[in-house]
Amino acid sequence: MTALDDTPATLTAPPDATGRFGEFGGRFVPETLVPACQELEAAFDEAWVDPGFRAELTRVHTQYSGRPSIMTECHNLGAQLGIRLILKREDLNHTGSHKINNVIGQALLAKRMGKKRIVADTGAGQHGVASATAAALMGLECKVYMGAVDVARQELNVFRMKLLGAEVEAVHSGSRTLKDAVNEAMRHWVANVADTHFCLGSVVGPHPYPYMVRQFQSVIGDEAHRQIAEMTGGLPDVVVACVGGGSNAMGIFSGFVDESSTRLVGVEPAGGAAIGRGVPGVVHGMRSNLMQDEVGQVEEAVSISAGLDYPGVGPEHSYLASIGRAEYPSVTDDEVVEGFQLLSQTEGIIPALECAHGVAWIKREAPKMQGQTVLMNLSGRGDKDVAQMMDILAGRL
Amino acid sequence: MTAVAAFGRLETELRAKRDAGRKLLVPYITGGYPGWQAAIRACAANGADAVEIGIPFSDPVMDGPVIQQASQFALEQGVTPTSILDEVPGLDVDIPLAVMTYYNLVHHPGPTRFADQLKRAGISAAILPDLPLEESGPWCEAADAAGIETIMLAAPTAPDERLPRVTARCRGFVYSVGLLGVTGERESLAATATALAARLKRITDTPVLVGVGVSNAEQAYQATRVADGVIQGASVVRRLMDSGPDAVGEYVAEVRAAIDAP
Ligand SMILES: Cc1ncc(COP(=O)(O)O)c(C=O)c1O
Repeated sequence: MTALDDTPATLTAPPDATGRFGEFGGRFVPETLVPACQELEAAFDEAWVDPGFRAELTRVHTQYSGRPSIMTECHNLGAQLGIRLILKREDLNHTGSHKINNVIGQALLAKRMGKKRIVADTGAGQHGVASATAAALMGLECKVYMGAVDVARQELNVFRMKLLGAEVEAVHSGSRTLKDAVNEAMRHWVANVADTHFCLGSVVGPHPYPYMVRQFQSVIGDEAHRQIAEMTGGLPDVVVACVGGGSNAMGIFSGFVDESSTRLVGVEPAGGAAIGRGVPGVVHGMRSNLMQDEVGQVEEAVSISAGLDYPGVGPEHSYLASIGRAEYPSVTDDEVVEGFQLLSQTEGIIPALECAHGVAWIKREAPKMQGQTVLMNLSGRGDKDVAQMMDILAGRL
Repeated sequence: MTAVAAFGRLETELRAKRDAGRKLLVPYITGGYPGWQAAIRACAANGADAVEIGIPFSDPVMDGPVIQQASQFALEQGVTPTSILDEVPGLDVDIPLAVMTYYNLVHHPGPTRFADQLKRAGISAAILPDLPLEESGPWCEAADAAGIETIMLAAPTAPDERLPRVTARCRGFVYSVGLLGVTGERESLAATATALAARLKRITDTPVLVGVGVSNAEQAYQATRVADGVIQGASVVRRLMDSGPDAVGEYVAEVRAAIDAP
């Protein structure tokens, strides 16, 4: 692979002036939204270098969401698989996933920009819950769009959002999952752009979202880089994360992307493998890998995990894949169900179904990684998935 | 003016009619929805100056419920860009035709192939609502080369500094977005509709048409007191879905009569 020679000195650099990582990204939005994206870009760039903003962000992280998140070495599962397995515990954050890192940042930014309301998309409901939480904390109104299929399979999170004071609207168009929730949130933003901030839940969307969300999630990688050095005296051989839009993966990858000895692995669901099966396309404001049919209609993803049930992926992942810096294998729903139980039973940690994708890949590939140190981002806890798993495992336990 | 030859068919015809004192009417029809060809003929026969043919896309972010439903239904019938464009020459109407679709359907085959395909079908112009000025380079280059006019959208949120750059890149007509929101019928014409049209009229000689949220003959009349014309989308498609092509023709005639009134 020669492309690495042309890449910037650090792979954590911002995208170019058009919002592109290599050929991926950009800003493909209706004309109505262009000024709002420009305003957000300027506000974020300014806030990110403002020590006052960063101090406030850190204060909320430490006093509210519980950062830094700990690292847990999985001695039982590691011994069983013949690897050294360490988890970055984003499941222990307030609200139960990494989504809060991004949302705290965006909510602080929304307030700084004088916005009164936030509108969010959600798949598994974790981003919706995090958005509703941050809105409650910071005195913002919150509206969340969620596909009707996901409303049914993530009932608990729907109720949590309502309890937190958010308005939840079920989306009945298209595949009635995350893709359509994003469409509907964008339509809402077009109509309410003056006083509403679009709180996107992953490293997707028009510039500056993929970059901004990555920066807000980079706290995961920064902490993990320091923590793993303390635990092991070195770097991990492999960093693993599940990939829906790709925010938890970008968060942890950003701490290691410049360490060329560390392998980066983003695990996609077989039914939503944007990088594995997609080709470059344009939807949700970005040019990135996209599952689509032979004329360019976006295909519906089909995954057991609502959070990964998405036919696209963040543009920076497409870029990292295109230069060969990260790899994006996929696992099947059956492997995921097995991974979900495996981590629960060997370590006493019930993972989110999303993270069970990472566990499933590690289990499958462990024979080829004997003796290696594998760091996995445990992006969320499994409570939200317990009802769904009760149905799937009915009678099997 | 000697520049006339530089305009494509759509802009040439719209300018001539506008300059002769006529208000312009461009209905939108979802391509592939049952009866769409007859609906386009009905538009042409009842006073439309051009027709916008929607090529359905799976994720139409600028469209509200009515056009979303029509698009989704058409897609479920197996409609593709090619199946629609193949039927265009057979429509045999004597007004210019534009397509409206989303950029991924252009990006997938590539701008050059898509522009050539439009040309071969006899389409004059294209509207791509998710392709803003900054991203429009590759498409505009291919469209210009093929002689396809690119209609740009101008939005109420655009600062004064931005509008002239949008209108400069606009061919055919300027699509003046009537409100903050997606396509669909509204109770009344938003104040933003005439405000933006007035701002555009001050800076461009290209015909300015208001679209999105112009929902009936009365609102079309109000909009054309400032703008050169209107695009009618959801109100037309709803009639096609509820009552069929004849109802579309009757409605277009009603709007025509309204905007022709002094
Ligand atoms: C726990 C968890 N992990 C991962 C994801 C997928 O998002 P991303 O790929 O942006 O990390 C979700 C989305 O809902 C989630 O809840």
